[in-house]
Amino acid sequence: MPSSVMPTSRHSDVPHVPAAVSATGLRKSYGDRTVLDGIDLHIPAGSVFALLGPNGAGKTTTVRILSTLIAADGGQATVAGHDLATDPQAVRAAIGVTGQFSAVDGLITGEENMLLMADLHHLSRREGRRVAAGLLERFDLTEAAKKPASTYSGGMKRRLDIAMTLVGDPRVIFLDEPTTGLDPRSRHNMWQIIRELVTGGVTVFLTTQYLEEADELADRIAVLNDGRIAAEGTAEELKRLVPGGHVRLRFAGPAAYRSAAGALRGVVRDDESLTLQIPSDGSQRALRSVLDRLDSAGIEADELTVHTPDLDDVFFALTGGVVPTQSEETVR
Amino acid sequence: MSTPLAPARPARISLAVRDSSTMLRRNLLHARRYPSMTLNLLLTPVMMLLLFVYIFGDVMSAGIGGGGADRSAYIAYIVPGLLLMTIGSTTIGTAVAVSMDMTEGIIARFRTMSVHRGAVLVGHVVGSVLQSVASVVLVGAVAVAIGFRSTDATVLEWLAAAGLLGLFALALTWIAVGMGLVGPNPEAASNNAMPLILLPLLSSAFVPVDAMPGWFRPIAEYQPFTPAIETLRGLLLGTEIGHNGWLAVAWCVGLAVLGYAWSKSRFDRDPK
Repeated sequence: MPSSVMPTSRHSDVPHVPAAVSATGLRKSYGDRTVLDGIDLHIPAGSVFALLGPNGAGKTTTVRILSTLIAADGGQATVAGHDLATDPQAVRAAIGVTGQFSAVDGLITGEENMLLMADLHHLSRREGRRVAAGLLERFDLTEAAKKPASTYSGGMKRRLDIAMTLVGDPRVIFLDEPTTGLDPRSRHNMWQIIRELVTGGVTVFLTTQYLEEADELADRIAVLNDGRIAAEGTAEELKRLVPGGHVRLRFAGPAAYRSAAGALRGVVRDDESLTLQIPSDGSQRALRSVLDRLDSAGIEADELTVHTPDLDDVFFALTGGVVPTQSEETVR
Repeated sequence: MSTPLAPARPARISLAVRDSSTMLRRNLLHARRYPSMTLNLLLTPVMMLLLFVYIFGDVMSAGIGGGGADRSAYIAYIVPGLLLMTIGSTTIGTAVAVSMDMTEGIIARFRTMSVHRGAVLVGHVVGSVLQSVASVVLVGAVAVAIGFRSTDATVLEWLAAAGLLGLFALALTWIAVGMGLVGPNPEAASNNAMPLILLPLLSSAFVPVDAMPGWFRPIAEYQPFTPAIETLRGLLLGTEIGHNGWLAVAWCVGLAVLGYAWSKSRFDRDPK
């Protein structure tokens, strides 16, 4: 019998979270147009990763490569532990893909679409019917199940699309702009669906051009711009990358306002509204230092607000767009 | 404890068959759910049959068999060609269906699933051949209804005729699949496939090649339809087959292999 058997192997990998997706130096160009210019990714299993970027940044190309639809020109990647280049069929067996444009068969009914997926995953007839009925129910499509998919609304098509993706119980799910073109209610439904997927332990690779969506759903976010990853981290980490954060103090009377302006350094005064702005990264330490100074000068502020840059600031700063002037709605 | 064995993978060939038959079921479902395309393509050869027999029949029949043929002789003359034309017309539908399918997101989904690579195309081909067979049977039934009789054909000749029709359908279908794959949209695919219905008009289907202008005869003689028509005519009606039998089989095998290789290489390319 093989001597390579190690009795401890079952437990040795518990503390280490394996990567669901890992890529180094992915490149792709069409003609002389470089779409991906060497991107690296490392996505731990069981997390939600958002690839954020403007139109044409290369988000869809990244998904198409990682989901084996097209080949990369350079670089190396594994998905669910299988190499994209050498074992694409094993990758395909482990993933589910819902593209930007609906991948349902419009000529047949929702139920027939589901049964088609069950057949292609080689489920038995009985098992296929059970899985199809369960998913149709879960995605609120039971009523429409006997209607041709072409008659579905945008939100219904997207739900059917995801339901079809889930038939094979994929471990890694790629969602390419899953909420583009959906109305607000459908978008929130979709967010709920994605959150539920994650609690089931799958890894979600999401692309979006909505900052709110990445902020809402993702454990980690990478900003893709011009075929390169401009920044990567949690939403909070990204927000700290750009300047623009400040603490804003409003005072009840001019006396307190004036003495505070004297006690604090580097303030921007607004004599009209009796408010002071102090540049700050919004961290606890920075806040405490402001409050300590006020305390020791015996001044009390009427209102204190912290403005951290939101993802919009990050996005525009990183993607080379013009940073919009601090809009009023973010400063209260 | 020993190394757990990987669950036995079903043999590759059985997966290929299983996935292909799933795709076939999908295509048959399409054809059944939306029969208008099929009926439309079927109508052309039936209309041709009725048109040539009842409207042009007297004039056309005067031109064959030394001028003495009557209408029933002309029916006998054109039915083999019309059966093959039926196949050509059905496969135009294949080109359009394949092209339409390729624009659908579901094909991208199939490509990212662990599905046998050839299954999508094999499903189309088998579905289309079955559709051709059904169409040929239908047009044949109309022909019999208006007086076509296969005179003194043996069972073996009947089987050979059926085999030739099947092989011809397979060959044209693979070519049509290739045309569907290269067409950027269904309209272009339909245009690409036009020769499949025009070639029978330039063959010996309606008039003997001898009756055509001299410069045109080689075109009519050396295209795939004419040898197939002459062979089918010989099998069903006992006319001279000569070298046409081998020529027809060679055309069919050649076109099928060419169409298969072409389609496969187009389908295996990265989608745009």
